[in-house]
Amino acid sequence: MKPAAFAYARPLDWSEALQLVASGARPAAGTQSLGPLLNLRLAQPDMLADLRHLPDYAGVTVTGDAIRIGAGTTHAAIEDGAVPGRTGAIMAGVARRIAYRPVRNRGTIGGSLAHADPAADWVAVMPALGATAIALGPRGERRIALDGFVTGIFETALASDELLRAVEVPVLPDAVGWGHWKFCRKIGEFSKVTACVLAVPGAAPRAVLAALDGPPRVIADASALMADTEAEATRIVSGFPELDDWRRAVAQTALMQAVAAASQP
Amino acid sequence: MSRIAVSLTVNGEAARVEVEPREHLADLLRGTLLLTGTHIGCEHGVCGACTVEIDGVPARSCITHAGSCDGATVRTIEGFDDDEVMAALREAFSQEHALQCGYCTPGMLVTARDIVLRLPDADEARVREELAGNLCRCTGYRGIVRAVLHVLAARR
Repeated sequence: MKPAAFAYARPLDWSEALQLVASGARPAAGTQSLGPLLNLRLAQPDMLADLRHLPDYAGVTVTGDAIRIGAGTTHAAIEDGAVPGRTGAIMAGVARRIAYRPVRNRGTIGGSLAHADPAADWVAVMPALGATAIALGPRGERRIALDGFVTGIFETALASDELLRAVEVPVLPDAVGWGHWKFCRKIGEFSKVTACVLAVPGAAPRAVLAALDGPPRVIADASALMADTEAEATRIVSGFPELDDWRRAVAQTALMQAVAAASQP
Repeated sequence: MSRIAVSLTVNGEAARVEVEPREHLADLLRGTLLLTGTHIGCEHGVCGACTVEIDGVPARSCITHAGSCDGATVRTIEGFDDDEVMAALREAFSQEHALQCGYCTPGMLVTARDIVLRLPDADEARVREELAGNLCRCTGYRGIVRAVLHVLAARR
């Protein structure tokens, strides 16, 4: 199907982009999620603001113990190692399983986070990694913890006059345990359930259960899940009475599989 | 509806066109530039039939707006006549019965060429993983996978 008509703007600097968004334009990055919604007429914005030409929209910089990833950095760049170290290796593994390579070549990490599809990948993984969103608004940059960034289906903590500028992830030590398990019946399709577990030595392990038709559920201290996995996974999924039995069973499996992967030396 | 000016290079030739903001690249290629080798299937990024090369990498032309391609270099299936890898893939697709109706083939070939160049060590499992974004309803994929593996092996 063809999209409903909309106007198109291509801001070349951030202040112009902010003005466009404040006046109601829908920000667009790679359009790999928004494009389908436009074609299906599920989204009918009056105007798109194409952010792809903004300065420093894509790219990775490391400062001390933080890695700043420009919102316009593509999944393919992350898959190919744009993010360094153990953090980068974890993210590369996640990126490789997002949709398909031709989609990853244009889809961006910031676009995916700001779009906030509950079944998308970075909305599950970024809270697990302890990432921070860098929002840009009329009064400058603001930091928003990814734990709490996604507030609902296609809803985020970004204000209506803000853009997602970058996402900051910590430099993780080589010794961290990581588990990421998602259920797709076909490679590349949207996840039915996703679980992530990050175990940093000397810190409380963190878990995320996501793709459950709402914002990701962050378990800030997953020590009990690591210690008594099956019982605790059963308890966690019992907190989702709205899900079908099979989906709750898959969620339990996801948590157990992610813990198992994160527990491997 | 306002139209926007777009300058891009398609198969080595400069094109200056005016597009509607909602027009996607596949419609520009097929409708305006008459490059009908690019096929439109699902029109929401799942089937892969519309896959073309944009700035050197494969991308979905059905969820890429023509307006966002200002300054881009696009290569469609018609633009690979002199490409050595594509020639090998065409031959292998023919040998291995990797197509029947041919609807998926232009997108399949663009993806296959990317696999051959980007993942020279790919095994069958990896080839199948990488081909998952291109749907074929005729062949059952066996011939396509064999064709890609054949070209990979010949280049080692």
